[in-house]
Amino acid sequence: MAGLTGRMSTVMKAKVSKLLDRAEDPAETLDYSYQKQVEQLQNVKKGIADVVTAKKRLQMQEATLKQSVVKLDTQARQAVSSGQEDLARTALERKNVAQTELQGLDTQVAELEEQQQKLTDSEQKLRAKIEAFRTKKEVIKAQYSAAEAQVRISEAATGVGEQMADVGLAMQRAVDKTENMKARADAVSELEAAGTFDDITALGSGEDDIDRQLKQLSSQPAVDDELAKMKSEIGAGGAPPAEQIGPGGGAAADEPKEHTA
Amino acid sequence: MIVRISTEGQYEIKDEALERLNELDNSCQAAVDAGDGERFHACYEKLLELIRSEGTELEDADLRGSDLTLPPPDITLEEAQGEFSAHGLIPD
Repeated sequence: MAGLTGRMSTVMKAKVSKLLDRAEDPAETLDYSYQKQVEQLQNVKKGIADVVTAKKRLQMQEATLKQSVVKLDTQARQAVSSGQEDLARTALERKNVAQTELQGLDTQVAELEEQQQKLTDSEQKLRAKIEAFRTKKEVIKAQYSAAEAQVRISEAATGVGEQMADVGLAMQRAVDKTENMKARADAVSELEAAGTFDDITALGSGEDDIDRQLKQLSSQPAVDDELAKMKSEIGAGGAPPAEQIGPGGGAAADEPKEHTA
Repeated sequence: MIVRISTEGQYEIKDEALERLNELDNSCQAAVDAGDGERFHACYEKLLELIRSEGTELEDADLRGSDLTLPPPDITLEEAQGEFSAHGLIPD
Protein backbone atom coordinates (compact mmCIF):
# COMPACT_ATOMS: atom_id res chain seq x y z
CA MET A 1 0.00 0.00 0.00
CA ALA A 2 1.88 2.96 -1.22
CA GLY A 3 -0.88 5.53 -1.13
CA LEU A 4 -2.71 7.18 1.72
CA THR A 5 -3.09 3.98 3.64
CA GLY A 6 0.63 3.37 3.69
CA ARG A 7 1.44 6.80 5.01
CA MET A 8 -1.22 6.66 7.70
CA SER A 9 0.00 3.25 8.90
CA THR A 10 3.52 4.57 9.29
CA VAL A 11 2.30 7.49 11.40
CA MET A 12 0.24 5.22 13.61
CA LYS A 13 3.06 2.71 14.11
CA ALA A 14 5.44 5.49 15.11
CA LYS A 15 2.95 6.70 17.70
CA VAL A 16 2.31 3.28 19.14
CA SER A 17 5.99 2.40 19.37
CA LYS A 18 6.46 5.46 21.59
CA LEU A 19 3.89 4.01 23.96
CA LEU A 20 5.78 0.77 24.19
CA ASP A 21 9.03 2.20 25.54
CA ARG A 22 9.36 0.19 28.66
CA ALA A 23 11.40 -0.71 31.68
CA GLU A 24 13.32 -3.95 32.09
CA ASP A 25 11.15 -5.70 34.63
CA PRO A 26 8.02 -7.08 32.92
CA ALA A 27 5.80 -6.96 36.01
CA GLU A 28 6.73 -3.36 36.63
CA THR A 29 6.20 -2.49 32.98
CA LEU A 30 2.75 -4.02 33.04
CA ASP A 31 1.61 -2.11 36.10
CA TYR A 32 3.12 1.11 34.87
CA SER A 33 1.49 0.75 31.42
CA TYR A 34 -1.86 0.10 32.99
CA GLN A 35 -1.55 3.09 35.29
CA LYS A 36 -0.68 5.32 32.32
CA GLN A 37 -3.61 3.99 30.35
CA VAL A 38 -6.04 4.79 33.13
CA GLU A 39 -4.59 8.29 33.42
CA GLN A 40 -5.01 8.89 29.73
CA LEU A 41 -8.56 7.65 29.83
CA GLN A 42 -9.25 10.47 32.31
CA ASN A 43 -7.82 12.96 29.82
CA VAL A 44 -10.10 11.60 27.15
CA LYS A 45 -13.12 12.08 29.39
CA LYS A 46 -12.09 15.64 30.05
CA GLY A 47 -11.66 16.20 26.32
CA ILE A 48 -15.17 14.97 25.64
CA ALA A 49 -16.56 17.23 28.34
CA ASP A 50 -14.87 20.21 26.65
CA VAL A 51 -16.48 19.37 23.33
CA VAL A 52 -19.89 19.09 24.96
CA THR A 53 -19.43 22.47 26.63
CA ALA A 54 -18.47 24.10 23.34
CA LYS A 55 -21.52 22.59 21.69
CA LYS A 56 -23.88 23.78 24.41
CA ARG A 57 -22.56 27.31 24.10
CA LEU A 58 -23.25 27.29 20.37
CA GLN A 59 -26.72 25.86 20.89
CA MET A 60 -27.58 28.64 23.31
CA GLN A 61 -26.46 31.17 20.76
CA GLU A 62 -28.59 29.44 18.16
CA ALA A 63 -31.65 29.73 20.37
CA THR A 64 -31.07 33.45 20.87
CA LEU A 65 -30.63 34.04 17.15
CA LYS A 66 -33.80 32.10 16.37
CA GLN A 67 -35.74 34.38 18.69
CA SER A 68 -34.22 37.41 17.00
CA VAL A 69 -35.24 36.14 13.56
CA VAL A 70 -38.84 35.72 14.70
CA LYS A 71 -38.87 39.10 16.41
CA LEU A 72 -37.37 40.96 13.46
CA ASP A 73 -39.76 39.26 11.05
CA THR A 74 -42.71 40.31 13.22
CA GLN A 75 -41.44 43.85 13.37
CA ALA A 76 -40.91 43.98 9.62
CA ARG A 77 -44.50 42.88 9.06
CA GLN A 78 -45.80 45.44 11.47
CA ALA A 79 -43.74 48.14 9.81
CA VAL A 80 -45.10 47.16 6.38
CA SER A 81 -48.64 47.24 7.77
CA SER A 82 -48.17 50.72 9.07
CA GLY A 83 -46.48 51.88 5.87
CA GLN A 84 -43.04 52.40 7.43
CA GLU A 85 -41.04 50.89 4.63
CA ASP A 86 -37.63 52.09 5.81
CA LEU A 87 -38.13 50.51 9.18
CA ALA A 88 -39.32 47.28 7.54
CA ARG A 89 -36.23 47.24 5.37
CA THR A 90 -33.96 47.72 8.37
CA ALA A 91 -35.68 44.87 10.20
CA LEU A 92 -35.35 42.58 7.18
CA GLU A 93 -31.69 43.44 6.70
CA ARG A 94 -31.02 42.48 10.28
CA LYS A 95 -33.10 39.37 10.01
CA ASN A 96 -31.08 38.44 6.96
CA VAL A 97 -27.83 38.76 8.89
CA ALA A 98 -29.24 36.74 11.79
CA GLN A 99 -30.35 33.98 9.43
CA THR A 100 -26.98 33.77 7.76
CA GLU A 101 -25.28 33.43 11.12
CA LEU A 102 -27.85 30.88 12.18
CA GLN A 103 -27.17 28.68 9.19
CA GLY A 104 -23.46 28.82 9.89
CA LEU A 105 -24.04 27.80 13.50
CA ASP A 106 -26.37 24.98 12.44
CA THR A 107 -23.71 23.42 10.28
CA GLN A 108 -21.09 23.71 12.96
CA VAL A 109 -23.26 22.26 15.68
CA ALA A 110 -23.99 19.27 13.43
CA GLU A 111 -20.29 18.77 12.74
CA LEU A 112 -19.46 19.02 16.40
CA GLU A 113 -22.18 16.52 17.17
CA GLU A 114 -20.58 14.05 14.78
CA GLN A 115 -17.12 14.56 16.28
CA GLN A 116 -18.51 14.07 19.75
CA GLN A 117 -20.14 10.81 18.75
CA LYS A 118 -16.91 9.48 17.26
CA LEU A 119 -14.99 10.52 20.31
CA THR A 120 -17.44 8.78 22.60
CA ASP A 121 -17.36 5.57 20.56
CA SER A 122 -13.61 5.63 20.50
CA GLU A 123 -13.42 6.21 24.24
CA GLN A 124 -15.71 3.25 24.81
CA LYS A 125 -13.42 1.03 22.76
CA LEU A 126 -10.40 2.33 24.65
CA ARG A 127 -12.05 1.58 27.96
CA ALA A 128 -12.82 -1.99 26.84
CA LYS A 129 -9.24 -2.49 25.70
CA ILE A 130 -7.78 -1.13 28.93
CA GLU A 131 -10.01 -3.48 30.87
CA ALA A 132 -8.87 -6.39 28.68
CA PHE A 133 -5.28 -5.32 29.24
CA ARG A 134 -5.80 -5.33 33.00
CA THR A 135 -7.00 -8.93 32.90
CA LYS A 136 -4.26 -9.99 30.56
CA LYS A 137 -1.53 -8.35 32.60
CA GLU A 138 -2.36 -10.51 35.61
CA VAL A 139 -2.26 -13.61 33.44
CA ILE A 140 1.08 -12.59 31.99
CA LYS A 141 2.53 -11.87 35.40
CA ALA A 142 1.39 -15.22 36.75
CA GLN A 143 2.14 -17.50 33.85
CA TYR A 144 5.04 -16.38 31.75
CA SER A 145 8.80 -16.24 32.10
CA ALA A 146 10.43 -12.82 31.80
CA ALA A 147 11.48 -13.33 28.18
CA GLU A 148 8.10 -14.60 27.11
CA ALA A 149 6.33 -11.91 29.06
CA GLN A 150 8.07 -9.21 27.04
CA VAL A 151 6.52 -10.55 23.86
CA ARG A 152 3.06 -10.84 25.42
CA ILE A 153 3.23 -7.35 26.88
CA SER A 154 4.17 -5.94 23.55
CA GLU A 155 1.22 -7.68 21.90
CA ALA A 156 -1.28 -6.57 24.50
CA ALA A 157 -0.01 -3.02 24.71
CA THR A 158 -0.15 -2.58 20.95
CA GLY A 159 -3.90 -2.89 20.93
CA VAL A 160 -4.31 -0.33 23.70
CA GLY A 161 -1.70 1.98 22.22
CA GLU A 162 -3.37 1.98 18.86
CA GLN A 163 -6.76 2.78 20.34
CA MET A 164 -5.17 5.51 22.41
CA ALA A 165 -3.65 7.08 19.31
CA ASP A 166 -7.02 6.81 17.60
CA VAL A 167 -8.87 8.55 20.43
CA GLY A 168 -6.16 11.18 20.32
CA LEU A 169 -6.83 11.74 16.64
CA ALA A 170 -10.61 11.95 17.16
CA MET A 171 -10.02 14.41 19.97
CA GLN A 172 -7.70 16.56 17.89
CA ARG A 173 -10.30 16.74 15.14
CA ALA A 174 -12.98 17.74 17.60
CA VAL A 175 -10.74 20.42 19.09
CA ASP A 176 -9.95 21.79 15.61
CA LYS A 177 -13.66 22.04 14.93
CA THR A 178 -14.34 23.89 18.17
CA GLU A 179 -11.50 26.31 17.35
CA ASN A 180 -13.16 27.12 14.03
CA MET A 181 -16.42 27.56 15.82
CA LYS A 182 -15.05 30.00 18.31
CA ALA A 183 -14.39 32.41 15.47
CA ARG A 184 -18.02 32.32 14.35
CA ALA A 185 -19.37 32.39 17.86
CA ASP A 186 -17.25 35.45 18.59
CA ALA A 187 -18.55 37.15 15.45
CA VAL A 188 -22.13 36.50 16.52
CA SER A 189 -21.40 37.82 20.00
CA GLU A 190 -19.95 41.00 18.53
CA LEU A 191 -23.05 41.56 16.43
CA GLU A 192 -25.20 40.98 19.48
CA ALA A 193 -23.10 43.33 21.58
CA ALA A 194 -23.46 46.01 18.90
CA GLY A 195 -27.23 45.72 19.28
CA THR A 196 -27.68 44.30 15.81
CA PHE A 197 -30.50 42.01 16.80
CA ASP A 198 -32.07 44.35 19.31
CA ASP A 199 -35.53 45.74 19.04
CA ILE A 200 -35.43 47.97 15.97
CA THR A 201 -38.16 50.20 17.33
CA ALA A 202 -35.70 51.25 19.99
CA LEU A 203 -33.64 52.87 17.25
CA GLY A 204 -33.88 56.51 16.40
CA SER A 205 -35.14 57.49 13.00
CA GLY A 206 -31.70 58.20 11.57
CA GLU A 207 -29.56 55.52 10.01
CA ASP A 208 -26.77 54.59 12.34
CA ASP A 209 -23.40 53.06 11.80
CA ILE A 210 -24.65 49.53 12.36
CA ASP A 211 -27.19 49.99 9.60
CA ARG A 212 -24.61 51.07 7.10
CA GLN A 213 -22.45 48.06 7.95
CA LEU A 214 -25.39 45.69 7.82
CA LYS A 215 -26.39 46.89 4.39
CA GLN A 216 -23.04 45.75 3.18
CA LEU A 217 -23.32 42.44 4.99
CA SER A 218 -26.83 41.48 4.05
CA SER A 219 -27.62 40.59 0.50
CA GLN A 220 -29.68 43.48 -0.80
CA PRO A 221 -31.72 41.65 -3.52
CA ALA A 222 -32.88 39.08 -0.97
CA VAL A 223 -34.10 41.88 1.28
CA ASP A 224 -35.84 43.60 -1.65
CA ASP A 225 -37.56 40.37 -2.61
CA GLU A 226 -38.72 39.62 0.89
CA LEU A 227 -39.99 43.14 1.38
CA ALA A 228 -41.96 42.97 -1.87
CA LYS A 229 -43.39 39.61 -0.87
CA MET A 230 -44.35 40.85 2.55
CA LYS A 231 -46.03 43.89 1.05
CA SER A 232 -48.08 41.79 -1.36
CA GLU A 233 -49.06 39.31 1.38
CA ILE A 234 -50.16 41.99 3.74
CA GLY A 235 -51.83 43.90 0.92
CA ALA A 236 -53.74 40.80 -0.20
CA GLY A 237 -54.97 40.06 3.29
CA GLY A 238 -56.85 43.37 3.37
CA ALA A 239 -54.96 46.38 4.69
CA PRO A 240 -54.73 45.97 8.43
CA PRO A 241 -55.18 49.10 10.46
CA ALA A 242 -52.02 51.13 10.78
CA GLU A 243 -50.73 50.75 14.24
CA GLN A 244 -47.76 51.82 16.23
CA ILE A 245 -45.11 49.19 16.40
CA GLY A 246 -44.59 48.01 19.88
CA PRO A 247 -41.87 45.66 21.00
CA GLY A 248 -42.94 42.04 20.95
CA GLY A 249 -46.45 43.04 19.90
CA GLY A 250 -47.92 40.48 17.82
CA ALA A 251 -49.43 39.97 14.43
CA ALA A 252 -46.93 37.61 12.88
CA ALA A 253 -46.04 35.12 15.53
CA ASP A 254 -45.48 32.42 12.93
CA GLU A 255 -41.97 31.16 12.44
CA PRO A 256 -40.51 32.43 9.16
CA LYS A 257 -40.31 29.52 6.77
CA GLU A 258 -37.82 30.64 4.21
CA HIS A 259 -34.14 31.24 4.41
CA THR A 260 -33.23 33.97 2.04
CA ALA A 261 -29.55 34.10 2.76
CA MET B 1 -5.60 -8.98 7.99
CA ILE B 2 -6.76 -6.26 10.40
CA VAL B 3 -7.53 -2.80 9.07
CA ARG B 4 -8.30 0.24 11.17
CA ILE B 5 -10.43 3.07 9.90
CA SER B 6 -9.22 5.94 12.05
CA THR B 7 -11.77 7.39 14.47
CA GLU B 8 -14.13 4.53 13.56
CA GLY B 9 -12.82 1.07 14.41
CA GLN B 10 -10.97 -2.08 13.39
CA TYR B 11 -12.12 -4.63 10.83
CA GLU B 12 -10.76 -8.04 9.95
CA ILE B 13 -10.78 -8.61 6.22
CA LYS B 14 -9.92 -11.56 4.04
CA ASP B 15 -6.82 -11.44 1.90
CA GLU B 16 -8.95 -11.70 -1.24
CA ALA B 17 -10.21 -8.17 -0.68
CA LEU B 18 -6.66 -6.83 -0.56
CA GLU B 19 -6.20 -6.51 -4.28
CA ARG B 20 -9.36 -4.44 -4.70
CA LEU B 21 -8.38 -2.37 -1.69
CA ASN B 22 -5.02 -1.69 -3.24
CA GLU B 23 -6.58 -0.67 -6.55
CA LEU B 24 -8.92 1.75 -4.81
CA ASP B 25 -6.08 3.11 -2.73
CA ASN B 26 -4.17 3.88 -5.91
CA SER B 27 -7.19 5.55 -7.52
CA CYS B 28 -7.67 7.66 -4.41
CA GLN B 29 -4.05 8.67 -4.43
CA ALA B 30 -4.34 9.59 -8.12
CA ALA B 31 -7.36 11.79 -7.36
CA VAL B 32 -5.41 13.45 -4.55
CA ASP B 33 -2.46 14.08 -6.84
CA ALA B 34 -4.82 15.59 -9.42
CA GLY B 35 -6.31 17.82 -6.72
CA ASP B 36 -9.78 16.49 -7.53
CA GLY B 37 -11.66 16.62 -4.23
CA GLU B 38 -14.93 15.24 -5.53
CA ARG B 39 -13.32 12.23 -7.14
CA PHE B 40 -11.20 11.66 -4.06
CA HIS B 41 -14.15 11.67 -1.65
CA ALA B 42 -16.19 9.36 -3.88
CA CYS B 43 -13.26 7.00 -4.21
CA TYR B 44 -12.37 7.03 -0.55
CA GLU B 45 -15.97 6.41 0.46
CA LYS B 46 -16.00 3.39 -1.86
CA LEU B 47 -12.81 2.10 -0.25
CA LEU B 48 -14.27 2.45 3.23
CA GLU B 49 -17.50 0.78 2.15
CA LEU B 50 -15.50 -2.18 0.87
CA ILE B 51 -13.93 -2.63 4.29
CA ARG B 52 -17.17 -2.17 6.17
CA SER B 53 -19.09 -4.60 3.99
CA GLU B 54 -16.41 -7.27 3.49
CA GLY B 55 -14.84 -7.00 6.91
CA THR B 56 -15.92 -8.13 10.34
CA GLU B 57 -15.71 -5.53 13.06
CA LEU B 58 -13.36 -6.47 15.88
CA GLU B 59 -14.66 -6.80 19.42
CA ASP B 60 -13.89 -3.71 21.50
CA ALA B 61 -11.81 -5.74 23.93
CA ASP B 62 -9.71 -7.32 21.18
CA LEU B 63 -6.11 -6.32 21.79
CA ARG B 64 -4.69 -7.15 18.38
CA GLY B 65 -2.97 -4.37 16.51
CA SER B 66 -3.84 -3.36 12.96
CA ASP B 67 -1.82 -4.25 9.91
CA LEU B 68 -3.10 -1.22 8.11
CA THR B 69 -4.47 2.13 9.25
CA LEU B 70 -6.68 4.29 7.08
CA PRO B 71 -7.26 8.01 7.54
CA PRO B 72 -10.55 9.13 9.12
CA PRO B 73 -13.67 9.09 6.92
CA ASP B 74 -13.93 12.88 7.10
CA ILE B 75 -10.41 13.48 5.82
CA THR B 76 -10.22 16.56 3.62
CA LEU B 77 -8.42 16.78 0.31
CA GLU B 78 -5.99 19.22 1.88
CA GLU B 79 -5.20 16.76 4.66
CA ALA B 80 -4.74 13.99 2.15
CA GLN B 81 -2.44 16.19 0.11
CA GLY B 82 -0.29 17.16 3.04
CA GLU B 83 1.62 14.64 5.03
CA PHE B 84 -1.31 13.39 7.01
CA SER B 85 -0.20 13.31 10.59
CA ALA B 86 -2.19 12.13 13.52
CA HIS B 87 -1.76 14.33 16.55
CA GLY B 88 -2.88 12.64 19.64
CA LEU B 89 -2.45 11.89 23.25
CA ILE B 90 0.96 10.55 22.53
CA PRO B 91 3.44 13.37 22.21
CA ASP B 92 5.34 13.58 18.92
